[in-house]
Formats: sequence, C-alpha cells, structure tokens
Amino acid sequence: MIDKGTPLGEVRGTGASHEGVGHWMHQRVTAAGNFFVMTYFIVSLVLLPGLDGSTVTDWLSGLIPSTMLILLVVSLFWHARMGLQVMIEDYVHDTGNRFAVTVLLNLLFCGGAVLSIVSILKIALGTAA
Amino acid sequence: MASRPLSPHITIWKWGPHMLTSILHRVTGDGMALLGLPILAWWLASLAGGPEAYATFTKHASSWYGIIILVGVSWAFFSHLSSGVRHLVLDMGAGYELHTNKTGAVLAIVSGLILTAAFWAAMILL
Repeated sequence: MIDKGTPLGEVRGTGASHEGVGHWMHQRVTAAGNFFVMTYFIVSLVLLPGLDGSTVTDWLSGLIPSTMLILLVVSLFWHARMGLQVMIEDYVHDTGNRFAVTVLLNLLFCGGAVLSIVSILKIALGTAA
Repeated sequence: MASRPLSPHITIWKWGPHMLTSILHRVTGDGMALLGLPILAWWLASLAGGPEAYATFTKHASSWYGIIILVGVSWAFFSHLSSGVRHLVLDMGAGYELHTNKTGAVLAIVSGLILTAAFWAAMILL
C-alpha cells in the first residue's frame, strides 16, 4: 500500500484509548480553573448581605462578578462534560449506544452552558426581565 | 463485545479508604454534573427571568427537599475538591506508599465534611 500520510499520522490515534493525553490534560487544567472560580463564587455567596433577587442581581451586574461567573460556567460545564464522558466510556460498552449518549451529552451541556452565559449577560447588560 | 475471561475484580478485595475515596470522587463528580449544574443554570436563568421566576427558584431552594439537595451538592463539591487535590498529588507520582496513600484517602473524606460544615456555618453566621 502506498503511504500517503505523515509519520505523525501513523501513530496518532493508536493505542488502547485511541487518543492522546488531551482529555487527561484538559480535565486537570479545568480542575485548576474550577478551584479559582469556585473560590471566588463561594466567598462572594458568603459575603453577600442576602440572597434575595435584587441583591444578587446588583452584585452579578458588576464587571468582575459577571466575568468570573461566565468563566465559572465555562470551566465547570467543560470539566463536568469530560467527567461524564469518562463515565459513559466506562459503563456504556456498545459502540453505537456510546456514540449516541456522548452526542446527547455534548448537546445538553452546550445548551446548559449557553443558557447560563446568556442569563448572566442579560443581568450584566441590564436587559433581564 | 467478545466474551473474554476476566481477572478477579472488585468483588475479591477487602474495602479500604482509598476505594471509598475513589468511588466517591466519581459519584460526587457525576452527581454534581447531573444535579448541581442544572441547579446552577436554573438559578442564573431565574435571576435573568425576573422576580417571579426567582421567587419560584427560592421557594424550591428553601424548602426541606431543596435544603437537603443544596447541602448534598455542597458536600459533593467540597468532597470532590478534596479528593481532586489528592488526585493531583498522585498525578505527580507522590503518595503511593501504603500508609501515606491510606492517610490521604481518609484526609480527603474528612476534609470534604469539614469544609461543608465550615461553608454552611459561614453562610448562616456571616
């Protein structure tokens, strides 16, 4: 057979996992991200004078809080999506079912993250109902 | 799936703290992904939706079942955080000596409980 690929292409995707260390590394980088944004979020929740709608909305409309909460949504949803992917890969053995469940997971988590980010933006830009 | 012989697996081992910490890391992580994140999204969406939507959220969040779920999710977070830090230590190749490993596993569980209690004490007192 004529070799049409590069040397890198021949080794990429081989091995038991069919992928490299990307997933493993992203899981850990987002874990570090989660630590910082969740620390900010938890300290903010504790220090807020109350959790009624106007207090939380006032706080969340600030530049830093809305930025941090959007980062929190991205980091948490990404990390959680990868964690659930590992669970699916461990427990759903049939290739077709695994593909279907993984696609569903990706759609749901993209939807949840976008819903959360748009909600924060509406509050931050003063267009919330 | 081809039916292949399997080596003796989880059924033959005596349970130790490291096994509990390991499965708790998965249960708390996947639990937060399936329960905690929808609550976070609902909280944010209800804030954006206006006072009526937020009132519906707080009605459920402050009910007896809401408090049980929120305390549970917060414990899942602090527990997952503690065992996650342990994972990062193990990733560096440290902490595999039997005694150190066992101590780390127990510490992760204890730290998760202490941080949860500290969080709710701070929420109530501050």
